[in-house]
Amino acid sequence: MSTPANAISDSPAMAPANISPLRRFYWSVRRELWENRSLYLAPLAVAVLILAASLIGTIHLSDKLRDASLDPAQQHELIEQPYTLAALLLMFTTFVVGVFYCVDALQGERRDRSILFWKSLPVSDLTTVLAKASIPFVVLPLVTFAITVVTQAIMLALGSARLLGSDAGTAALWSHVSLFQMSGMLLYHLVAVHSLWWAPLWGWLLLASAWARRAAFLWAALPLLAIGLLEKIAFNTSHFAALLGYRFTGGPEDAASSGNAMSMAALTPASPGQFLTSPGLWMGLAFAAACLAAAVRLRRYREPV
Amino acid sequence: MACIEARGLRKAYGTTVALDGLDLRVEEGRILGLIGPNGAGKTTALNAILGLTPFQGELRVLGRDPWSERDRLMRDVCFMSDVAVLPRWIRVSQALDYVAGVHPRFDRAKAEAFLAKTTIRLGSKVRELSKGMVTQLHLALVMAIDARLLVLDEPTLGLDILFRKQFYDSLLGDYFDGSRTILVTTHQVEEVQHVLTDVMFIDRGRIVFNRSMEEVESRYQEVMVRPEQVAAARALQPMHERQAIGRSILLFDGVDGQQLAALGDVRRPSLADLFVAVMGNQAGQAQGGGQ
Repeated sequence: MSTPANAISDSPAMAPANISPLRRFYWSVRRELWENRSLYLAPLAVAVLILAASLIGTIHLSDKLRDASLDPAQQHELIEQPYTLAALLLMFTTFVVGVFYCVDALQGERRDRSILFWKSLPVSDLTTVLAKASIPFVVLPLVTFAITVVTQAIMLALGSARLLGSDAGTAALWSHVSLFQMSGMLLYHLVAVHSLWWAPLWGWLLLASAWARRAAFLWAALPLLAIGLLEKIAFNTSHFAALLGYRFTGGPEDAASSGNAMSMAALTPASPGQFLTSPGLWMGLAFAAACLAAAVRLRRYREPV
Repeated sequence: MACIEARGLRKAYGTTVALDGLDLRVEEGRILGLIGPNGAGKTTALNAILGLTPFQGELRVLGRDPWSERDRLMRDVCFMSDVAVLPRWIRVSQALDYVAGVHPRFDRAKAEAFLAKTTIRLGSKVRELSKGMVTQLHLALVMAIDARLLVLDEPTLGLDILFRKQFYDSLLGDYFDGSRTILVTTHQVEEVQHVLTDVMFIDRGRIVFNRSMEEVESRYQEVMVRPEQVAAARALQPMHERQAIGRSILLFDGVDGQQLAALGDVRRPSLADLFVAVMGNQAGQAQGGGQ
């Protein structure tokens, strides 16, 4: 920039090679997946266990299909139940994985001092935090969806293989288990609840992770507990606790109304329209956005611990 | 345009002042050694230059404000430190993939060629490498980036002497091309002495000594004075005096060489000797000021 000697740089890398923000984001997400292999290994391990269990479960499948003492609705529920349980178990797994991931996401890099290496590269704090946030918001729901659908398909295949020789027939099984419908329901549930409705949870955990020097989980949990208790002491009310409970146990729709506690429907808001127009959703998203903005700012100031 | 320009840089942690109005100017194409005792503010100064810490005062690095434009600045600046460790979980090949993915000026082939000369395998994880190998890997990444400023903070700490020698040889032989700027801090003054073009001593958050190496070599002389001539030598106002094997060694700034040769054996002081002399004077001044 100053002398002619500088201008005649021999390096080919001086040539354009501009990198789009999207590409930086993409590599930042891949980086997260390299570091946190439990994001997909944990649900895969659970899926293997589910398949092993369902293999045992197929032994009584033909009995269930032929049991005349049940009315059709009960029978349907009985046949479909393992599939719903598999989905719930996988969702629970990725939920737990997501919580642990978020708590560590912005603290781990400070603990092992690698934050100085990451910051020596031209990736902004915003890109980094968004890449980390995309794990609970996007990656985990997609991983859950893919693994659940494949698991359910294999369960169905195992059940069908089991029934091939018997008189009950695979058609009866297939009439009870509609993979397509279950997948659609699952995807809606994952997007509506895991990504959107629980957004403030993910944002809050990431903020605690960016804030805390150690024990990020306590930093995440204790303030909530303290607010609840202080409210109880000061006003003898429990609005805050109710608010948290409402957030965790389902959507703006009253969870109790759908009746069946075992099904995903219990946790899924009834209609998309109702869900999208509920103020609770938008307040939660605004809170999550505020948490992420604060996390970006904190990461800028934070030094290795 | 200067590569780094700082005026009145201040930074305090609580009541501890790390940078106390530091002024600094580094032209492009220099290899500057920033040398100071522990707690002198070296790392804080580097952190400010790298946009890792907020500061008061004026600071431009390659014409940018490092605090507000860190990510943009890092396209032209490379940083390697004893403490800025590579994450232990990453594989060598993943590190290459990632840097190639996010850095527009990274030349992957160059990094791989450098690694081929080492015993590091692409499939290894960082946790499986020795400390020397991790530094080699980091150096391979850094040298493959066509940066305008390279900042090295104690880059060879904890490495054995073979690695350290090799490190500076690679840096000078393969990397430095006269247009890049290198800023290095280290305690191992003897090792960088022959690498530097400029040297600065930092003490209590200020630059207390700032010379090019040519100046250092032409101005400073050390004389092992014969006992009978000590008084005459002291009359020439040495910067510093020390005793070694029963003789006085006096360090002079800008005194005629022939005059000194009459007093005893004249030699060029090492950077370490000069550092001790300057720091000794600093401490004396500080005490004098306190009284």
